[in-house]
Amino acid sequence: MSESIRRVISVIVVNEASVLSRITDLFSGRGYNISSLTVAPIPDTKYSRLTIVTEGSLRVIEQIVKQLHKLIPVLRVYDHVDFVEKEMALVKFSVDEDISDIAALCEAYNGKIANSGDNTIIAMVADEPKRVSNFLNIIKRYNPKEIVRSGAVALER
Amino acid sequence: MQISGARMVIEALIKEGVTKVFGYPGGAIMNVYDEIYKQKDFEHILTRHEQAAVHAAEGYAKASGKVGVAMVTSGPGFTNAVTGLADAYMDSVPIVVISGQVPMSLIGTDAFQEIDAVGISRSCTKHNYLVTSAKDLPRILKEAFYIARSGRPGPVHVDIPKDVTADIAEFDYDFEVELETYKPTTKGNPRQIKKAIEAIAEAKRPLFYLGGGVINSNAAEEVRELVHKTGIPAVETFMARGTLRYDDELLVSMLGMHGSYAANMAMSETDLIIALGARFDDRVTGKLSEFAKYAKVIHVDIDPASISKLVNAHYPIVGDVKNVVSEMLKLSDKIDPDRYESWRETIKNFDELHPLTFYEDSQNIKPQWVIKRVGELLGDDANISTDVGQHQMWTAQFYPFTRPRQLISSGGLGTMGFGFPAAMGVKAAVPEKISINFSGDGSILMNIQELMTAVEKNLPVINIILNNNFLGMVRQWQTLFYDNRISETDLSMQPDFVKLAESFGGIGYRVQTKEEFDKALKDAVKQNKVAIIDVVVERFENVLPMVPAGGSLFNMMLLEKKEK
Repeated sequence: MSESIRRVISVIVVNEASVLSRITDLFSGRGYNISSLTVAPIPDTKYSRLTIVTEGSLRVIEQIVKQLHKLIPVLRVYDHVDFVEKEMALVKFSVDEDISDIAALCEAYNGKIANSGDNTIIAMVADEPKRVSNFLNIIKRYNPKEIVRSGAVALER
Repeated sequence: MQISGARMVIEALIKEGVTKVFGYPGGAIMNVYDEIYKQKDFEHILTRHEQAAVHAAEGYAKASGKVGVAMVTSGPGFTNAVTGLADAYMDSVPIVVISGQVPMSLIGTDAFQEIDAVGISRSCTKHNYLVTSAKDLPRILKEAFYIARSGRPGPVHVDIPKDVTADIAEFDYDFEVELETYKPTTKGNPRQIKKAIEAIAEAKRPLFYLGGGVINSNAAEEVRELVHKTGIPAVETFMARGTLRYDDELLVSMLGMHGSYAANMAMSETDLIIALGARFDDRVTGKLSEFAKYAKVIHVDIDPASISKLVNAHYPIVGDVKNVVSEMLKLSDKIDPDRYESWRETIKNFDELHPLTFYEDSQNIKPQWVIKRVGELLGDDANISTDVGQHQMWTAQFYPFTRPRQLISSGGLGTMGFGFPAAMGVKAAVPEKISINFSGDGSILMNIQELMTAVEKNLPVINIILNNNFLGMVRQWQTLFYDNRISETDLSMQPDFVKLAESFGGIGYRVQTKEEFDKALKDAVKQNKVAIIDVVVERFENVLPMVPAGGSLFNMMLLEKKEK
């Protein structure tokens, strides 16, 4: 088998019942991999946009794109080549941690403290997935209580 | 007009020109069956199992080229139909299956006979719908038929809750289906076609590789013309049998696991594969890395996902085979048939070296003889269905097919129990032809209850059981690859097939000699009744040649030569 590559694929689908299952069933049924998946309606249309991060050989990626196209409610599939990609992460810390350090780090990763409560604060960053991973690695020393990643979204340049 | 959802189903079927519906009623679909009772435009054929209803609809569709329709109730009615959906999906058969569902208000409550039908059918249909409002029904039904027959055909499942069939809404069927997200490419790219023709003209050992898509797009006539104009030999897949006449000089028989030596060698030696509506299935290619090593590939298919899926295509052409081949014909003057003379000679030598044949070396009837004999006696007058197993491969190898849609079988899914109900569908679609179902003593029992349907509806299918008291194909693998450990494949415990047929009102014959077989077949044809001819055949006959699973196409187990 040829080398496995990471690929970002956007899918425009008719916003109707069970359309998400059609996509995810296709991936599981054919043994394709989903690293992350995001979905939301496109404003003022009847469509939704999914961003799927996947891995596979070139042949598998080509099949994924073609098989997605085959689904009846799929309008368009973008196999991204030259694109901007961002992901968001939220991280909850205890207020006992060094908040100013965390805030400074957030800023370096295009984020900020999004919420502060009596016992916890929530930090938010939005950056390229690789950089988000870096951030999450670095903040380990501040004992994060909970982490959530949004999955990537992408637009072709 | 304002009518009930149930009535809409009937109206839609009539507008689609449906003449036969195969089905089985039950609670959730009763509103529709009440409307079936009130109409006279199409015939409803009550099968005795939902799986058979779908296979019959498939048989009808494969034989006629029209969309087949099956109707079932919710829950077990639907789950019984799933094998048929999966079968139709694998073989690209245009059918619409309509299932009842529990009322909307009960969906999700684990109601009686409730199952997530669209959730189950999603992965084995081309598309499916859960209808949530009667006002959507006309659009959905029209889309269902359109999607089933257009592009790469396939099964579409429409699940209708009981209250939706009761509700009244406006019915208007007079509109064009416009799906922004579904527009199959039918016309091939002219530049690609031109390049393909140039490649053919330059090739030394080109080979047509014909698949089921040729049949589906009704392109056999054009393909025959192109083959003859170019003088290029052709191999057929199991699904394409009948595209070329059996006695066509340019036909190199079937290729693949049980293909002929010549076909598999031709495929291994060719320098240019011209794939028409074929999908390089594993049963065709054998070991992929060794498959057609010297060949460039022209691949014509309506489904872009079939192209370069398993074998890289150098000349991909997305389009309907009939369209593309018609365009190729216009350019075919650039191809000189004489150029391939020595290639044709090579293939002829392959065939003379190891012809597709069998030896009459035992007291018992050889199963291959039965197939050949039916071919001699009935030939073009019969449509042939099969079940799945050894008898199926022998049918593909030895029946003298003369036309497309003559062989109706379960290729991709390999569904035992397909043959008999499919043969009923074939008979319903093409009553003027004799409907033969070749079966095995394993397969036939998987839908034997259809004797009742066939007798009741006067669908005189002649079932010919090649009875070797084995689940023969599995037994063959056990003999060859499992050191002859015959695990659970001995079917010596059998019903009396003659009495069985008679008890349903059909005719039964038990046959042990060739003379008895001829007599039985002639009698069955003459009586024009549902029949079982139970033929005792040589128990341990193997299907040969054979490419062991995962082996290279050119490494075949061959028939041992014997002095005649």
